Amino acid sequence: MAEFPPPVRRISSEQAPNVVDPATRQEIPEPIARALAPSYGPERLRIDEVSIHYAGSARPAVNRVTLPVRQGEVLALIGPSGCGKTTLLRSLNRLVELTPGATRDGRILLDGDDIDQLEITRLRRRVSMIFQQPNPFPMSIFDNVAYAIREQAMRRPGKAVLQPRVEKALRRAGLWDEVADDLGRPALRLSGGQQQRLCIARALAVEPDVLLMDEPCSALDPISTGVVEELIHELRQNLAIVIVTHNLAQARRVGDHVAFMYLGDLVEYAPTEELFTNPRADRTRDYVQGAFG
Amino acid sequence: MSVPVGPGGRRSRRDRLLGELRLWRPLDLIGVGAAWLVGILLVLVAASLLIYMGYRGLQYVNLDLLFSRPQPGSDQSQTGGILDPIVGTLMIIVIATAIALPLAVGAALWIVEYGKPRWLARVVESGIEVIAGAPSIAIAIFGLAIFQLPMFSWASFSAADGGGVFGRSFIAAGTVMSLIAVPSIFATTREALQSVPRHVREASYGLGKTRWATIRRVLLPTVRPDIATGTALGMGRIAGDTAIIVLLLGATLQLQAGTDIPGIGTLQGTGSTLTSYVYNNSPTGEGNAPEKAYAAAFVLMLLIIALNVLVAFIGRRRAGNDLPR
Repeated sequence: MAEFPPPVRRISSEQAPNVVDPATRQEIPEPIARALAPSYGPERLRIDEVSIHYAGSARPAVNRVTLPVRQGEVLALIGPSGCGKTTLLRSLNRLVELTPGATRDGRILLDGDDIDQLEITRLRRRVSMIFQQPNPFPMSIFDNVAYAIREQAMRRPGKAVLQPRVEKALRRAGLWDEVADDLGRPALRLSGGQQQRLCIARALAVEPDVLLMDEPCSALDPISTGVVEELIHELRQNLAIVIVTHNLAQARRVGDHVAFMYLGDLVEYAPTEELFTNPRADRTRDYVQGAFG
Repeated sequence: MSVPVGPGGRRSRRDRLLGELRLWRPLDLIGVGAAWLVGILLVLVAASLLIYMGYRGLQYVNLDLLFSRPQPGSDQSQTGGILDPIVGTLMIIVIATAIALPLAVGAALWIVEYGKPRWLARVVESGIEVIAGAPSIAIAIFGLAIFQLPMFSWASFSAADGGGVFGRSFIAAGTVMSLIAVPSIFATTREALQSVPRHVREASYGLGKTRWATIRRVLLPTVRPDIATGTALGMGRIAGDTAIIVLLLGATLQLQAGTDIPGIGTLQGTGSTLTSYVYNNSPTGEGNAPEKAYAAAFVLMLLIIALNVLVAFIGRRRAGNDLPR
């Protein structure tokens, strides 16, 4: 296997290195740290000094955040409401540009390419997104997934071409067995959890490199949540996943790294267990222990 | 508080209602009473209208009347049927809807999905509001002024030897009539688009879809039932308008082709609709054929009731296939 860059240890100069021994609080020598770290894939997305301002607000919604997103890992963004985590997520496929008055500074690199240089439709197929509310389109299950695949070309691919790709996406999202007998039925007749997995299938159908998830389980019941979390676990092998969640237990369950944001600042970025058991910043400790939220 | 309990230990509906009313303040009781009274009064007005029109209409409506052409005559036994007004009404509905639908849906899409420049969007919105509020007779006379311009001579017909443009035809009436339907189609479409959650659009953009693909494949299918509702309402208003017909269709007894071109000649020619037929044949009109006026009014009412039923039907279908809000 190729040499992967080691997990990024410093997120900005004034912050302490994050690979520390929980027992001694001593920095672990890098070779050992690399051995201890789970085997992440290559870095797919790099958030580099990104700030986002909304017109009419003095404070930036996101303030000079630097984060790596690697394949094979789930990066969980946590923090209280209004801390900028969703704004940051939405900037990764430039959806934030749809909000009037939003401006971004800093660079976001997808496999080394500045996303501002990529064609926007192409970028969004490589970095696709799951939303808080399950939002299948008012069409059949098949068409929901096929819609994602169909290119804006003059000649649309026929059903025979689409069928295997739709099936593959539905299988990856763990929905195939439940819907295979009737792909023609309206997607809105599915249960909430099934709808959300359909949305995941839809997002996977474009074969993205990065999957963004904005509180994907907050509208789901606990059982559906469990199914989706299981899915996140499986998907991360082939994808880099960034998930925004309000649910600390969920961040702990699905995240490999956790980034804690507060009022637009990235307060702490660390491997999940470390952030929860041994946070460096006081604010992180207060938050993960439930002192505020 | 002790409440009367009905048989079986459960309070009966009536007891429950009375018990509830006892808790109300006197002023509230008067208010609720007045609301009930007004409601019942309105239902009575609507019901008596329907019953009276149904009574008079059924008395005079027969197949012969529906399928024979109107004829000039001094007595009701000679004046024929109402075939031409029925055909005229349907033609006007088709022409006006065909123009109004793309116009109103396009305007709503542009305002909700693009809305730039903002000042122009505002101007368009208030322009449509003005049309909605304008009396149709004012719209009609303005339309007549337009269609009598020489540049619109193709739309109707001209007097021989380069005389003035007549300005009255199915094309003219249908075009101006489309303005009557635009506001309702526009309003329902705009509201439906505005109620589509932002994340639904973003889900489409998030798959790398363009704005146009999103409109065509996601938004339009989502709001289609609302467009249909607005269109059916607009059709009802078109079918019910008289002023534009009298001024711009000529309200002639029979369909009268404007030129010799088959088909198009009819569009360039004059005619009448059920409304203008009722207007002309009511006891105060020149035709003075009240029986036929009642029959025509009854047919018109059935047409509009049918459109309303259609609206309700579409509304019910929508409920099962709604987006999460």
